[in-house]
Amino acid sequence: MAALDQTQVKDGVDQETVDAVAAISTYKYGWDTDIEMEYAPKGVNPDIVRLISEKNEEPEWMTEWRLQAFERWEKMDEPDWAMVNYPEIDFQDQYYYARPKSMEVKPKSLDEVDPKLLATYEKLGIPLKEQMILAGVEGAEDMPAEGRKVAVDAVFDSVSVGTTFQDELKKAGVIFCSISEAIKEHPELVKKYLGTVVPVTDNYYATLNSAVFSDGSFVYIPPNTRCPMELSTYFRINAENTGQFERTLIIADKGSYVSYLEGCTAPQRDTAQLHAAVVEIIVEEDAEVKYSTVQNWFPGDEEGKGGIYNFVTKRADCRGDRSKVMWTQVETGSAVTWKYPSCILRGEESQGEFYSIAITNNYQQADTGTKMVHLGKNTKSRIVSKGISAGKAQNTYRGLVSMHPKAKDSRNYTQCDSLLIGSECGAHTVPYIEVKNNSSRVEHEATTSKVDDDQLFYCRQRGMDEEEAVALVVNGFCKEVLQALPMEFAMEAQQLVAISLEGSVG
Amino acid sequence: MALPEMKQSATDARLGTLTLPEGGCLSTARHAALSRVQTMGLPTRRDEYWKYTRPDTLVNAELVAAEVFTSDEAPMFDGFDRLKIVFVDGVFDADASDDLSLEGITVERLIDLEAKDIHWATDLYGVLEARGQTPVERPLAALNTAFAADGIAIHVTGKPSKPISFIYKHLDANSDSILHHIVRVDTGAEATILENGPAAARFNNVMEIDVADGGKLHHVRAQGRDHERRAATHVFTRLGAESVYKSFTLTVNGVLTRNEQVIEINGDDAIAHVAGACVGDGEFHHDDTVFITHDALNGESRQVFKKVLRNGATGVFQGKILVKEGAQKTDGYQISQSLLLDDDSQFLAKPELEIYADDVACSHGSTSGAIDEEALFYLRSRGVSASEATDLLTLAFLAEAVDEVEDDAIAEALVNRLEGWLARRR
Repeated sequence: MAALDQTQVKDGVDQETVDAVAAISTYKYGWDTDIEMEYAPKGVNPDIVRLISEKNEEPEWMTEWRLQAFERWEKMDEPDWAMVNYPEIDFQDQYYYARPKSMEVKPKSLDEVDPKLLATYEKLGIPLKEQMILAGVEGAEDMPAEGRKVAVDAVFDSVSVGTTFQDELKKAGVIFCSISEAIKEHPELVKKYLGTVVPVTDNYYATLNSAVFSDGSFVYIPPNTRCPMELSTYFRINAENTGQFERTLIIADKGSYVSYLEGCTAPQRDTAQLHAAVVEIIVEEDAEVKYSTVQNWFPGDEEGKGGIYNFVTKRADCRGDRSKVMWTQVETGSAVTWKYPSCILRGEESQGEFYSIAITNNYQQADTGTKMVHLGKNTKSRIVSKGISAGKAQNTYRGLVSMHPKAKDSRNYTQCDSLLIGSECGAHTVPYIEVKNNSSRVEHEATTSKVDDDQLFYCRQRGMDEEEAVALVVNGFCKEVLQALPMEFAMEAQQLVAISLEGSVG
Repeated sequence: MALPEMKQSATDARLGTLTLPEGGCLSTARHAALSRVQTMGLPTRRDEYWKYTRPDTLVNAELVAAEVFTSDEAPMFDGFDRLKIVFVDGVFDADASDDLSLEGITVERLIDLEAKDIHWATDLYGVLEARGQTPVERPLAALNTAFAADGIAIHVTGKPSKPISFIYKHLDANSDSILHHIVRVDTGAEATILENGPAAARFNNVMEIDVADGGKLHHVRAQGRDHERRAATHVFTRLGAESVYKSFTLTVNGVLTRNEQVIEINGDDAIAHVAGACVGDGEFHHDDTVFITHDALNGESRQVFKKVLRNGATGVFQGKILVKEGAQKTDGYQISQSLLLDDDSQFLAKPELEIYADDVACSHGSTSGAIDEEALFYLRSRGVSASEATDLLTLAFLAEAVDEVEDDAIAEALVNRLEGWLARRR
């Protein structure tokens, strides 16, 4: 909090907003679990790649796939175009595989899982017992039992600890398991889809991930199925000097629907840790996927020491006509964020949406945004991005909207707003707009400001005092994005953002 | 750091075709610029800043010839009372130009002033260009500083009675010209600079403008209609306290145009407006790249760019507002819009904000789309023909940019010219 206490607050940004942002900087999930771990030797080379593949008991084709990725990665350069600065990463000074000793023999059910691991998730507020619902969700008691269930895949460092509600999901035909399990149990699906949205050669971090990913989640929703509950993966980094490289593959077959949630935390440590994930989503005809993230990796301390370097490649491929994908993210953690959840709108009338709140404080740096690539006719996309920067943080929106010549009658609307609190932080907008046909319409708007005077004036004209007016305006600043979150996350997000100041005035 | 091989060989090849004018008081600046070019290398299509515009024909050692375009139109600004400074294929033409003496300004040819030991030009020539090389490199401008064969130095000391008008004639299909002008506007002085004409088959033009406290400069350009010409222009402007710089550029046709404007607001309460309208038809690539840096209090900047494109034309806009730490109360506005009249044309934009001060209001907008069908229907239902209605809506679309021109007579001349061109194309 020290850094913010010294921050000069400008007129118009009210104290509660400042406090709320400051509260986020006191990281609640900074403790670690004392558990015996098993590591692969430090560094990355073909032997490590083979070792990871072996630990996951993978078939030969998967090992080959990884090795090819590694070979490619060695020839690539780390990208430097993002507006983030960090000391050079020594990729050989990291552990690429770490699993709790007790996970050596994979537990058959959650009952067999090491209680220490279960306690970890319990402490994080993640229910791994199937009868439990998420604690603290407002109004959850009033909802029918069916609606409250959330299936969780819990990933601890390099391995999946367990996945809940698997049986019930199986009845609906839904496959929800760890990716390592999927490679063994459903090789035909993995083979068909893995690397088709984010190719092995896509970018430096995605290629590295392809070589060394240790675990992650796999989801398959069969045709015309509405997934009976929300699915969720909770990522926890615990071990020191260990990179987490998870891979998520979601396939929504024709006419299906799924809502997927992702959460992440890590202990408070002095040294920075690497996290390079890849998420691939395939959306077939008439299918819809909602993907929501609350990213709360350890952001580093007030001096900017430690924290997670979060280099993530997330992409959805709307292959089928009338398919739809919606990304919602609340980014409050990580020392460095490099993340652009994207939509390839290939199917006719497919839709992509991106809602994002990124809050940076102290020395955090976030370079995040989205790509909307319109390839099919009548495709639609909407981008709403809210960046709040405080302390000495830098917050960048970077995005691409591309209308290909064949994407006739398509539509994009982009709104990026930035709010600055304190005079030492920065807010930046770097949109790329490429329009190659004339029947499509693209609109981009961005603003950077403190609280808008016109809006304040409007409120004051209607009899509100200054404080009330500010509260209302700031509340409205994030609301569009918060409302897009599923209820299960709304609570956590609201606590995190805490900028919704409802009821706090008057 | 060594340059990539391709870039090195292209740079070497181009530099090999040019001769640096030796001796004179600008020699130091020219050599410094040459070493900048050698360090940076000339742009290639792999450079991020040239993502949307291929620089090869602007850079290559070999020149692409451009047929001289003849037209029955009267040249732009004809009939205006102005001080004419004429260049033919990049060489000053004293006979065609007016007598260069006018109250309130001093006009000198670079070649003449270089013979002097002490001249204010040494404080400006290549100075703003060098400052403009960070954070983004502009190698073509450094190349210009090193090799410019001709150019004019204007010192505005008062309020001259008429505009200073640069006229660039193109008569040689193989002309490859490099011009460099410097303009110093003293405290409280005010002037208008006009530029028009196609200039050369390949034209590299740099203008460095230093406006002192309370100074004002209006700058209106009409780029020539030669269909095959290629141009890379840079305007570097530095603004003192309470100074004003307002610029407008009209571009109609030309195979390739890259206009870079680099503005530094260094004094408090300064105003910078940059606007542009372009009409592209057929093989046409037009790129407006604007970089405005706010480094003082209460600065105001506006960027208004409108592009009408058809028959495969490409419009590019790269605009940036950089607000440095401490540049509080900055008001930055940027709008870039394109009207695509058919499916073959394209608009590529990168409107950026980079902000390090919290008490500012900055916004940008960018839109692209076809002509409004409802508006078209409205006009047609009132008996206006389809082509006339399209022209009317096109003019209305461009009006917001032309409105940025303060002088009514000049604005009217620009609108007339646009109307003429639109009618001609029907």
